[in-house]
Amino acid sequence: MQEIRIPICSDTDIVAARKLGREMGTKLGFSSSELTLIATAISEIARNMVTYAHDGVISFAAVGTTNKRGLLIVAEDKGPGIADLSLALQDGYSTSKSLGLGLPGAKRLMDEFEIDSKPGVGTVIKMIKWNRRQ
Amino acid sequence: MPVPILKQGALLIATLQDALTDKDWLDFQFELTKLVGVHRSTGVILDLTVLDVLDSFATKSLRTIAEMVKLRGARAIVVGIHPDVAFTMVQLGLTLHGIETGLDLEDGISLMKHPTEFRSH
Repeated sequence: MQEIRIPICSDTDIVAARKLGREMGTKLGFSSSELTLIATAISEIARNMVTYAHDGVISFAAVGTTNKRGLLIVAEDKGPGIADLSLALQDGYSTSKSLGLGLPGAKRLMDEFEIDSKPGVGTVIKMIKWNRRQ
Repeated sequence: MPVPILKQGALLIATLQDALTDKDWLDFQFELTKLVGVHRSTGVILDLTVLDVLDSFATKSLRTIAEMVKLRGARAIVVGIHPDVAFTMVQLGLTLHGIETGLDLEDGISLMKHPTEFRSH
């Protein structure tokens, strides 16, 4: 499966990104509840991108071996970056009057979650969901 | 994409047709609360059967809608949350706070026939 990239610059792209993630996940054989977890995690990180960085790119790729397959989602932006990562990963913390569950929520929904952010440079989030049915 | 809002007696029934963008949610919230006054509705049912994702923004919008509807003197009931969506919301830590819920539209209409105290939360 080839890597697919989708630019994110408005709220309509958030819906498009999660639909694309769901399609990719379907190809990888995820269950419907896992697809919902994946789509929701994408929605949260894509919204963060639109809210804080205004634009960015989300890419999807299949990872793993024939025995263990997963969906890798990478979200990259050149926004303001996150000054305090541990604070941003805390439930209920938000600088935008949201519920503050975006980043910590996405982390809980996925199996692997890495975030690298530098103030003034941008943010990269890598997250993987493994297919448990194989 | 606007959400169709149907008037049925004293009730308003809003059935979502597709995923809503953030702007759609905000438009929907104002349209619905406006219509509560136009039709002097006493209850609003929000049918989310079609939604395959309820993220933190959508959840916050629903809470706002329910609170606005209540402030306008009507009752809001959310129906049709898919099992996968319910599972994800619990994983994510999202709650609808005190918003009344029903299984489907039929359940929502039947709940509307009883006073709020009928079901305690």
